[in-house]
Order: sequence, then C-alpha cells, then structure tokens
Amino acid sequence: MVYTISLYASLAIFCFGLLYRVANWFRYRVDQEAETISTSQRVTAAITGLASTLFSIQILVLLRIFLLDVIFQKYFMKMGALRWFAHMCIYLGFILLLLMHALDKIITNSVFEVYYSTLNPFLFLRNLFGFVILLGLGIALYRRLFSPQPQPKSTVVDYSAIAVLGVIMISGVLLEATKITSHTLYQEMVSDYSGLDEADTDSLSALNAYWVENYGLASPGVKRPFDADTLQTGEELHKGSCMECHSPPQWAFMSYGVSRVLRPAALYLDRSNVHTGLWYIHFLACFLGLAYLPFSKFFHMFSTPIHLFIKGITIHGKSKPANLATFQAIELDACVHCGECTRRCSVAVALNEIPNPNILPSEKHAAFRSLLSGRYISKRNLLRIQEGCHICTECRRCTDVCPVGINLEGLWFNLKRHAANLGYPKPEAWARNTIGSDFIITKFNEERLPLSFDDKTFEKEITGHTQVNTFSLCFGCQNCTNACPVVNSHESPRKALGMLPHEIMHCLALRQKELALGSMMLWDCLTCYLCQEQCPQGVCITDILYQLKNLALKRMKQEA
Amino acid sequence: MQKMVAIFLGCNIPVRLKQYEAASRAVLGKLGVELTDIPEFNCCGYPLRNIDRTAFVLSSARNLALAERQGLDILSLCQCGYGTFRMADHLLKTERSLRAEVNRVLSQEGLQYEGKTQIKHLLSVLFHDVGLDAIRKQVIRKFENVKIAVHYGCHVLRPSNVVGFDNPVAPKIFDRLVDVTGAESIDYPTKLDCCGAPLLGTHNRLSLDFAEKKLVDAQKAGAHYIASACPFCQIQFDTVPRRIEFERGLNYRPLASILYPQLLGLTMGLDEMALGLDRNCGDMNFLGQALVGETVAARSNGMESREYEQAV
Repeated sequence: MVYTISLYASLAIFCFGLLYRVANWFRYRVDQEAETISTSQRVTAAITGLASTLFSIQILVLLRIFLLDVIFQKYFMKMGALRWFAHMCIYLGFILLLLMHALDKIITNSVFEVYYSTLNPFLFLRNLFGFVILLGLGIALYRRLFSPQPQPKSTVVDYSAIAVLGVIMISGVLLEATKITSHTLYQEMVSDYSGLDEADTDSLSALNAYWVENYGLASPGVKRPFDADTLQTGEELHKGSCMECHSPPQWAFMSYGVSRVLRPAALYLDRSNVHTGLWYIHFLACFLGLAYLPFSKFFHMFSTPIHLFIKGITIHGKSKPANLATFQAIELDACVHCGECTRRCSVAVALNEIPNPNILPSEKHAAFRSLLSGRYISKRNLLRIQEGCHICTECRRCTDVCPVGINLEGLWFNLKRHAANLGYPKPEAWARNTIGSDFIITKFNEERLPLSFDDKTFEKEITGHTQVNTFSLCFGCQNCTNACPVVNSHESPRKALGMLPHEIMHCLALRQKELALGSMMLWDCLTCYLCQEQCPQGVCITDILYQLKNLALKRMKQEA
Repeated sequence: MQKMVAIFLGCNIPVRLKQYEAASRAVLGKLGVELTDIPEFNCCGYPLRNIDRTAFVLSSARNLALAERQGLDILSLCQCGYGTFRMADHLLKTERSLRAEVNRVLSQEGLQYEGKTQIKHLLSVLFHDVGLDAIRKQVIRKFENVKIAVHYGCHVLRPSNVVGFDNPVAPKIFDRLVDVTGAESIDYPTKLDCCGAPLLGTHNRLSLDFAEKKLVDAQKAGAHYIASACPFCQIQFDTVPRRIEFERGLNYRPLASILYPQLLGLTMGLDEMALGLDRNCGDMNFLGQALVGETVAARSNGMESREYEQAV
C-alpha cells in the first residue's frame, strides 16, 4: 500500500518535474533575439528540427555522440582519468542497477527465462553494480573533501546528490544482509515452498542446520557444529526445494560480508523486524530520489546528453533562430557542476577577498537559471550577480574547458544584459548613473556640510594606506586638475564632474566624505596617471581616486 | 643568451588579439629570448582595481608568486598588466599588512610572494635586454617613407616612480624601437595621452572622444600608422573607427593601428600571416609595399650571404 502510493506519487512528481524542466527550455529567453520568438514557435521549430534530423544523414552524428560521449563518457576524459573512472562507476552502476534490479519486473523478467533476485548471476551482479557505485561515490566524496587541487566549493546540490545515492546503496546492502540472516523470513519460505510437515522436526532442523552452515542464516537455539548426517539430509532437502531459487549468498559479497559482521546481533535484529524497516528506507529513498531527480543535479543525465546531441548538429548561422534560442536555454540545464570552469577561472582568486560565489562560473551559471526562472530574487542576490558577472574578464577559459561544451562566454554576455535590464549594469556605470548624476554641487551651497572626522571606518580607509594618506601633502597648486585630460575635455568641468581632482584632495583633508565619494570625477577618471605624475608634492591622486571608487562601490552595495 | 622569462598574456590577447601573441613569439624567438608559459597564471588584477584594492593586489601577487616559484621574470605583453604588476609589487614592498594578508591567502596553495620577480614589458625587454644592436642584426629589410605615430600607453609610463619604464615626460624607448625598422617615429600633440579604453562601458562617449582625438592628431601630423604595444590600446584603436562610423558617421579614412612586434617582424622577414596582419582591422597593404632594400639592409648589417639567403 505504502509502496504503491509512494511509487505513483514519486512517479507523478518525477513526470511533472521533467515536464517543468523541459518546458523551461522553450520558455527561457537567454539572448536578445530569443525575445522576439514565441514559445509555440520554438516548440514547432524543435519538432520539425528533430524530425528532419532523425531522417537525415545527421543521425550518424547522433550515433557517434551517443557511443562516444553518452556511453563512453569521452567528454569526461578531459578532467582526468580518476574523475572519469569515478563518474563511469556511478553512471554505469546506476544504469545497470536500474535496468536489472529496480525495473526487474518489467525488464529482467521479460528478457531472461528464469529470474529470481536470489539467483545468480543476478544475486552477484546486484552486489557488483552496487559496489561499483559505492566505489565511485567514495572517490567523488574523497576528491571533494581531501583533494589537494583547489576546489570550487561543493554545495548542497552536490552533497544531496551523493547522499541520496549513498542512502539507497547502503540501505540496499543492509537490507540484503539482514534478510540473509533473518530466521523469520526463512521460516516463511520453508512453510511456503518446502512442503515439509510442521511435525517433521527432524527434516526441518536438518534443513535449518544446512542453511545455518551454508547460507548464513542465524537461527535461535541452534548450535554448531552439526553432524555430517544432519547436513547431508539438509542438503538433500535443500536441493529438492530451495536450490532452484537460491544461489549461495556468498555471491552477494557485500551483503554477505555485512551479514557476518551483524551476525552477533542478527537474532535481535530479526525479532525487531529491522529488515522491514530497511526495506521501507530502501524503497522510500529510491522514490525520493526519483521524485527529486528532475530538480536535482541528476537531471543532467537527461539534459547533458541532449545538449551534446544538439551541439553536435547545430551549425551557427545555419540553424533556425528559434532552435538556437531553445538550445541556449538547454545550456542552462546542461551543467553537471563539475567545477572545471571555476578551476580555470582567471578571477577566481578574487573570491578570497570578495566573498561572492557568483564570481565563480560554476555558481554564476546556476544564478543565471534562477534569474530566468522568474522567481523572486532579493536585491542582495541581484547585486551579487551584478558583481559576479562584471568581475569576469571575458577570458573565455571557462568555455574552453567546459567538458560538456557549454558556451559559457555567451551566457555571461547575456547575463550582463539581463542584469542591466533589471537595473544592475556594470558597477562603475551604475555608480556613475546613481551617485555621480545625483551630485549637484549647488545643493551643498546653503547648508553646512558635516565633517566626518568621527567616522572611524572612513578614517581608517583613507589614512590607513600610505599612498592614500598622501592627500594631506596637497598644497592646492591645481597641477593635477590642469593636467587632467578629462577635466580639459569639458567646457564647464565643475558642472560635468562635480569635484575636480585637487578639490577632492581638499575634501579628504577636511573629511568631507559625501563630497569626495559623490563626485562624478571618480567615475570619469581615465586612470592615465597624468595628475599623479605632475604633482609636485607626490600626492598619489589616481590611486586615491581608485580607493574612493572602492569605498563608494562598497557603500552602494551596503546601502542597497 | 637571454635569461628565460615567463610570458604573461593576460585575458584579452588569447581571445581577442591572437596576432599580438603570434607576432611577439615570432619576433622574440628570432631574437633568442626564451619564453616559458605558466598555464596557472590568472587575471593580472587590473579589472579589479576599481572594485577592491586587496583583491587586485592578491590577483597580481599570485602571478608574481607563480613566476617566482620557477625563478622567472615576467614579460607582459599588456601595458595595463605591466602597470598593475608594478603597482602591486610596489604596494607589497611598502605595506607590510597587505603583504601578510596576500601571503596568507597564497600559502593555502603553497605559494609565497617574496618580491624577487622582475616585471618587464615587451618593449623594455626589446630595448634593454635584447638591445637595439641585436635587433638591427636581425632586420633584413627596412621601411622607407613610412611615418609611425607611437602610442606609449599610460600604464607603462606613469606613475614613473612605480612603473619605472622610461622618462615619463620625454620617453624614447618606443621611438628608438621604431627607428630600427627604418620607419620614422613622428611627434604629435597627444602622443603621451590615454587611448580612452579604461572608460569603455562606463562612459562610452568620452572613451570614443579620446581615441578619436589621438587618431586624428596623429594623422594630421602625417602618420601612416599608429603603433601600440598593449591589447587594450590596440583593440581601442582598431574598433573605435568602426564604432564612430556607427554612432557618428565617419567622413575621413581613419588611421590604421599596428602592433609593434608586427612592425618589427615585417622587417625581420617574417611572414605576414605568421604575424597575423590579416587579423588587424585597419588596412595593412601600404606597409608591405613600403618595405625595401632587402639586400642593402642585410649586407650593411654584416650578414654573410649564405645566412642572408636563409633569412629570406
């Protein structure tokens, strides 16, 4: 009952999730061109495109991708043999267990003439596949926790995927182990299949002895060693009624090993019906995994092959714009969060000083998807996206190393566009438009300006650095302002720029924080260092402007 | 023989200016400068300067530490990269707390900044380490009647006490290097001014204005080409005429820009394709025609005839 209900419930969630994710492929609009194409146009284009591909020579390309990339996981080779091996273990073990064990009633039963889960080769293979998955999971976990290579941060997404698989595997092994030793289950089987009379205690205890001796059964009130005759009788009975469906449990090497460890407690575990509990845990974990799959990292088992297929047959400039738009949306789902991009990222090192995960391409990718989902994103997160996508230097290394071949550079370009449309353009331009254009010098004429000598943070920021501190040496000769090409390019520079370079030095000396940080001059500075070079007092004017820009941006972030 | 140096390409060159790398490698190879690539190099820190000082210094310092670990000096093709490295190096040598913070982060990867790496730019390596005489020996043909407006670039010149590249008011390195090719380096009013690239994306109009002014000034002074040695400046000069045409309409033929190693490479007899001239946006045909006197140039440089034949 519970089994059936949870199976159908999770299947329903799974199907809904798949539909939702696939619908997003036609819904999300990544680049500008996509905004002019409707969802229905994209669906139609995808269907005609699919049909025309399947009935053309391109099917061979798909076949090659299927063999090399989907089956053999060639693209994973880029990341080194160990990671390929770990992924191959999880992926192959998973597929094979799914086909042979989870879908045994549908697949294995119809393919093989005789199928019992307790019979070889199924008994052995189930353990082998499970072992392979656990091996892969172990390597993955080890690499995430202890690898000497700098790692992108593993997130809940990564660990929850490992955890769900881990719970399924371990509960499965424990379940089989407790079933091997379970006397209750043994007795049920005997009464159902042995055909022995309950009064025939000699035969019953002989069979029992044989199973305790050879099949790992834990039986109450039975003491080893057994005499040879009893075992002989037991073996004959076993051959008559049990052997047909039961291979020796030693073949289930993992479960049998665990059952040996559990043996001292086996009778207690059997009495408390632990195997039933484990069975619930096992199938509920499987169904949870099934329901969670479309929303988890595991979704890549669909999206990544599809991405590889489409990438293989997409020719830019030749493929339909509607299909390219869909392809871009699929690129947002094709990420396996392997972190290769982040490991090669040119600016990843900045994360140590600017704690914003969206600097890293692997995290920025997920942020883009949440931005397009239309869900509410807090202002704080929008600012993080803005900062992350503009710290990027567009060096294209992430795109070059992506094993799945996602055009990350193209995504970042569009992410910047989307962020700008939401009111979060390049931070410098943003500051220029908000702080700079807000700055009207006349506004300050009538009021007495507050001095910021008591602002300890500001004091530290401007006097703490030897270079910035040089503002105090300024004697107001205005060489800097006269040398400035930006000042010279304006007819009325004060109107256009607010404070001029030498005035900003004065503002600092007088701790006029608002004037110094609010001036348009900061954002129009070319950083050509002509002012600093010309200063007779060695004031590091350009460097001071840099520092003020740092401070103003920090303040804007805090205020927002 | 030159000491081996680590070549720093930065983020722009491998993606948007491959010809700069190709031409530099070809020219430096001919001059016997051995280059090492350090694939772990990251952003030089320049784009972070507006955002966060410590982050910019850390980013620079990681590159310096990577070169230092191999006992190498850094050769930057980018002038902004050069200036940023120099500035970070200067700050790390003067500010103890900054250095401690940077080394704390670097030590997580087993790196350490000690300040032993020397930071060089392509032009300073050519001028100081290789030397004009050695370059002359490789020049087998010269430009005739070609006038070049050199663009020094702000971040190698200033602040001079930090970057230490050349005299900030009357620099000569780039001019002398152009002279070697037989072309004439001319003076023009905005020779030492900025190309406007740093304001791109923040204040586009101003950025265009500065670049256009330089191009027009140089053209008025009679230049046939403007020569740069920085990806930011080169991209600015290459793309600005097109953007001006798009935004304001262009009623004159804009000055084409060439990268210095391309200019030098041509006189060394290197192939135009190998120097990536076809990737430049401006018209490069005039330069090819202006190359003359191969025999004279080669003989006057004292080359053996057999050597000369090999060279051509």
